[in-house]
Amino acid sequence: MKVHVDEGRCCGAGQCVLVASEVFDQRDEDGIVTLLEPRPAADLHAAAREAAAVCPASAVTIDDDR
Amino acid sequence: MRENELLRLPLPSDNPLEPPAEWEQLRRRCPVTTVELPSGDKAAYLTRYDDVKALLSDARFVRPTAGDVGAARIAPEGAGGPAADGSTALALPDRGEPHLRWRRQVGKYFTAKRMTALRPGMVRIAEGLVDDMVRHGQPADLKAGLGFPLPVYVICEILGVPAGDRDRFSHWSDAFLNVSRFTGDQTRAAYTEFAEYMSAHIATTRAAPGEDLIGMVIRESEGEGQGLTDEELLGTAMGLLVAGHETTANMIGKMVAMLLADRTRWERLLADPTLVRTAVDEALRFDTNLGFGIRRYLTEDVEVDGELLPSGTTVVCSMPAANRDERVFSDADDMVLSRSPNPHLTFGAGPHSCLGQSLARTELQVTLEVLLRKLPNLRLDVPVDELKRVEGLLVGGLRTVPVRW
Repeated sequence: MKVHVDEGRCCGAGQCVLVASEVFDQRDEDGIVTLLEPRPAADLHAAAREAAAVCPASAVTIDDDR
Repeated sequence: MRENELLRLPLPSDNPLEPPAEWEQLRRRCPVTTVELPSGDKAAYLTRYDDVKALLSDARFVRPTAGDVGAARIAPEGAGGPAADGSTALALPDRGEPHLRWRRQVGKYFTAKRMTALRPGMVRIAEGLVDDMVRHGQPADLKAGLGFPLPVYVICEILGVPAGDRDRFSHWSDAFLNVSRFTGDQTRAAYTEFAEYMSAHIATTRAAPGEDLIGMVIRESEGEGQGLTDEELLGTAMGLLVAGHETTANMIGKMVAMLLADRTRWERLLADPTLVRTAVDEALRFDTNLGFGIRRYLTEDVEVDGELLPSGTTVVCSMPAANRDERVFSDADDMVLSRSPNPHLTFGAGPHSCLGQSLARTELQVTLEVLLRKLPNLRLDVPVDELKRVEGLLVGGLRTVPVRW
């Protein structure tokens, strides 16, 4: 799994951090998303997917490895 | 619903917690329809999830303001208070780059981490309010005892206002929003008092900025010259009250009422409190009393579901109708406490989605955790169909939530 974040779309809602704090964080200076784990371990996949689904700005996307 | 019959908002519903029957029919057959607002003005009404999300996310369009001549008004002139009529006492940039700049300066305070740090203080506030409610005896109105004070106390903490002044903030906030209980003169008087208080508070904070939101914005603007003006700080404080108090207060009441309306829901949470996080978002999705939706004023032609909406149209996006869309949510008319993911639109979507959503979620989670722990025997003191809706136009809710424990 590869996680992408689009800082330009991010509205700083922090949903991804509430759902998957091991994968996402927010910058202190503007609340914009930062990616802690671009390739999260398998036990974090469900949380990463949930973060992508609930992001209000659709700023989080997931690529599945094939 | 007959063809060619003009729908009037707000749509009536038989049961205070059930959706109006029209939503399902509109989503299926008529996803873009014309409605009449309480002002008599017409608007396009969207009810499908994909349409509502796409329009709310479209950075080209914002809520109509006084300058958008021809935009549909919610209420007739003069009714609806400063939050409804768009004349806006909020001196805040509402679009484009200036909005983005303001949003990032203030939004950085509302990070998930900071909200988590506020949690212990919220727990203490909630526990104190529940203790007071219990001391006054049962039955009690949970909305008055817990739902209404909790968010305003939290906003006071965020603004750095001393605890002793919380009840003045409660009164001002009520006067800004409760258009049926206060006259226009009373609302204006409340605003003058609020503005005087906040201006003095901002001046004090400038002299010695603390860890609160106002202090943070002031401190971080030193040096860069990129800070907010006193007027913008005042508007920000006003915005927090208007956007964050009544909405959260009502949501606390509705959430508890929905969970107690079918007490197996409450019992499921007692048995497994780890469901609190998903249960809160499901309550947000399931709520039908969100007010009638968010307006967007089109400044360009837009196609929605094959229909061309011309520039100059006012669109009303019904988030609660979208939140029941079967295309996106399986068992959409069931309250599924473990639902995940739950991409509901209650906080909007896109660049204007609710700035305080992490705060609201944290407050709702804390409220539910404290109630489950302290009052496990909580139950409604009236049959569900006797719960009464508030008459508000913007923020929906229940007038009272009578409970026993």
